[in-house]
Amino acid sequence: MLKKDQPPLLFETSRPGRRIAVAPPLDVPERPIDDLIPARHRADTPPPLPELGELDVVRHYTNLSSFNMAIDANFYPLGSCTMKYNPKRNERLAALPGLAGLHPYQDESSIQGMLQLLSELQELLGEIAGLPAVSLQPAAGAQGELTALMVAAAAFRDRGERRTTVLVPDSAHGTNPASAQLAGFQAVTVKSDARGLVDLDDFRAKLTDEVGVFMITNPNTVGLFDPQIGTIARWLHDRGALLYLDGANMNAILGVVRPGDMGVDLMHYNPHKTFSGPHGGGGPGAGPIAVRDDLAPYLPSPVVGRRDDGTFFLDHDRPKAIGRVRAFFGNVGVLVRAYCYIRSQGPEGLKAVAQHAVLNANYLLALVKHAYPVPMGERCMHEFVASARALARDRGVRAMDIGKRLIDYGFHAPTVYFPLIVSEALMIEPTETESRETLEAFARALLAIAEEDPDLLHRAPLTTPISRPDEVAAAKRPVLRWSPSPVEPSATSDRGPRTVPSF
Amino acid sequence: MAYILNTDDDTREMLRAIGLDSLDQLFDMVPADFRLDRPLDVPPALTEIELTRHVGALAARNASVEDRPCFLGGGAYDHFIPAAVDQLAARGEFYTAYTPYQAEASQGTLQAIFEYQTLIAQLTGMDVSNASLYDGGSAVAEGILMALASGSRHGRVVASGAVHPEYRQVAETFLTNLEPELVTVPCRNGRTSVDDLTAALTDDTAAVVLQQPNVFGQLEDIEPLVAAAQDRGATVIVSVDPIGLGLLKRPGDFGADIVTAEGQALGNHLCFGGPYLGILCCRESYLRKIPGRLVGQTTDREGRRCFVLTLQTREQHIRREKATSNICTNQGLMALRASIYLALMGPLGLRDVAEQSARKAHYAADRLAEVPGLSLAFDGPFFKEFVVRVAGGKDPARVLAEVGRLGFHGGIAIGRWYPELADCILIAVTEKRTRAEIDALADAYRAALSSS
Repeated sequence: MLKKDQPPLLFETSRPGRRIAVAPPLDVPERPIDDLIPARHRADTPPPLPELGELDVVRHYTNLSSFNMAIDANFYPLGSCTMKYNPKRNERLAALPGLAGLHPYQDESSIQGMLQLLSELQELLGEIAGLPAVSLQPAAGAQGELTALMVAAAAFRDRGERRTTVLVPDSAHGTNPASAQLAGFQAVTVKSDARGLVDLDDFRAKLTDEVGVFMITNPNTVGLFDPQIGTIARWLHDRGALLYLDGANMNAILGVVRPGDMGVDLMHYNPHKTFSGPHGGGGPGAGPIAVRDDLAPYLPSPVVGRRDDGTFFLDHDRPKAIGRVRAFFGNVGVLVRAYCYIRSQGPEGLKAVAQHAVLNANYLLALVKHAYPVPMGERCMHEFVASARALARDRGVRAMDIGKRLIDYGFHAPTVYFPLIVSEALMIEPTETESRETLEAFARALLAIAEEDPDLLHRAPLTTPISRPDEVAAAKRPVLRWSPSPVEPSATSDRGPRTVPSF
Repeated sequence: MAYILNTDDDTREMLRAIGLDSLDQLFDMVPADFRLDRPLDVPPALTEIELTRHVGALAARNASVEDRPCFLGGGAYDHFIPAAVDQLAARGEFYTAYTPYQAEASQGTLQAIFEYQTLIAQLTGMDVSNASLYDGGSAVAEGILMALASGSRHGRVVASGAVHPEYRQVAETFLTNLEPELVTVPCRNGRTSVDDLTAALTDDTAAVVLQQPNVFGQLEDIEPLVAAAQDRGATVIVSVDPIGLGLLKRPGDFGADIVTAEGQALGNHLCFGGPYLGILCCRESYLRKIPGRLVGQTTDREGRRCFVLTLQTREQHIRREKATSNICTNQGLMALRASIYLALMGPLGLRDVAEQSARKAHYAADRLAEVPGLSLAFDGPFFKEFVVRVAGGKDPARVLAEVGRLGFHGGIAIGRWYPELADCILIAVTEKRTRAEIDALADAYRAALSSS
């Protein structure tokens, strides 16, 4: 990073009269605009956007980008988010005009290649899940959860059953209870036991006839595989309830164990995690779901079907479908990247992903656990949750301080303060695409930080353009947009006010 | 193995450090009887050359909007995307980062989102925008949930029948398991009448959903509709076309409470339906119920201006089942693209895009109305999209198939959504279309109608 100062806002850079986009000369007869669109529908002035030159915009965003950490530049062990390498080949292929240039309402005859790709992806995801019926529609993991719960609700309604409750472990992602609520269920929390696994006594006590679904994350957010899942599934099924798997952590079990084979009835994938879709600075993701065959009729429409003559079509004729959770087909650009990734891996490659994700996490765990105790488990799956509790107690150094200081060492911080069941949690997920050298460098940084002066750590990061923003002030007096200020002439400009045009 | 850096030596050393002999032992927490005892039944791995060939062949079997001039709309539009949008959004520093949880490591993304929120607020004339939702359809549903959470009314949500049918389907799906019923106001002559809307309103109507321009491209007489809904105490949600705001009245100026939009047209590729951009903004009074991420301005410990995720107590990772929405990952990269697009357009550029789209659409409507067997279905003012009626009992799908064979993505048969309009085709025209393409489209329709 050569630059230290963040660029001014686009709006502060605006200069009246600067312009980039110019339309070609109008090639249809020019009629008075009033004849086309009556004045009462039109704005009096053009929209108050900034006026900029092309180099202004290019420098602005290029410079802004340098104020980010990103996988392409940094180790990014953000637990639960699976920040693995995003292959460049997938970017180029997803951008092919024959894929990126398709309108969602094109005639089926003009999208046979796309439908074939999506149909194959449905099958691939079904096979990997061990759950054959797949909907590619949900736009993100949370929407996948919601969709699957709506599928479950529709199935219960169809059977004439009234089930009002969804059970969620206390270690679950916040999206689980939020999705349950939105799907019309009451979310009830099930405790974790001292090992970090589902507390079976608490689970049994809460497993009433009102329970429709239990949402499990396995491996769970503590980084452990819950071996009780078979028992859990059996108890649920004995009561007519369903087992849902939050697939956020599928990276740990690809090709090793399939959710459907351990009694899961419905699940979602996060292709942007498991199948290497770039996270985009906060999306786009996708949230395809896979369900048991008998739940297939309730999946949202359309799904991709294949006719006897080998042609593909969008199947809308599914009377029991729950409807739609978004417009159009789905986050296809993300799905294309997932397809490219799965086809690049093959069966051995997918299994190797899980093996090396778990190997890397365990290796890192072995390197740091003497300084950062891991309360739940000597071993882990694809991630582990260390606790800075002792450091906090003895030296006043909190998980957040450690995370912030890691930024000075060139590493993105782990997820902190999640899951909620581990105090001073540092949730570390290295992924399979990192090298042993990187893991060792990261471990050295973590160990060095544990010895550093607490005062320094409280001030970290020290090398970044800004440090320790006042989040309380941000929430107390929210400033959520730049506003034109008529009374405040710019102190730095002698070329007139830096503001957007008012016309 | 693709993308794995551990060598065999590394693997051995690392296993030894953990105290294991084999990779299989890493999974000894997984009960043996569940473990897959065979390879996954997926095709063998492809190298980059093979993958490029394979996916390239699939792509070649599609006819994209670069192969055929595109006159399809219905919420997704073939507007021009300047090169700088693709080039800047392709920076790995943007697209391989994630949600900016660590402000110090994410100021680039945070400032870009703050600017996005500002650009959207400026464009719509609303007070506050969130950091993005999934798409225009789920944005309508989230807008409804906001309206429900903001008041005590839970009986009814009223939607104009001229709101995009898929948006209404999404709303319907969301409301299936919740209390309110969704009531649709039928449209007459392609628009929503104030009397019909008023008749559907009740004292427990929480929200009214309108669309401007509506799904037929028609411009609603929006102010009386908004006033009628607000007079009965309902929250007014209006779905808009962001390109249209280069020319059309801003929703903040006609009194909308919550504004949603499909932001695809702002610099995002068509991609067969996604990833797109759900725009959601509102009046300040709805702020505490807004779904999803928000970025706010603050200062750091040395008083420097900076940006952070804020008001997070609304969100699922804090509030869990009491959150305003279940959304977590949103459409950050699409919002970035929209910002870059708007920065490149500026006020006059966006106005030109809107005005040229409107002018070319009106030219196209005139030319198509001259084609024997076609007529304009509605007579109200429209923006860039219009509906033509096919005479003589001809099936629009067959006509469109023939128009497609002649080299055009010629329109959308809307009988799939409106059985009473089974003889109708929706046609959209953007600034990218040329007079020659429009003339050729009219010729293609002429030929298709005379042959089919």
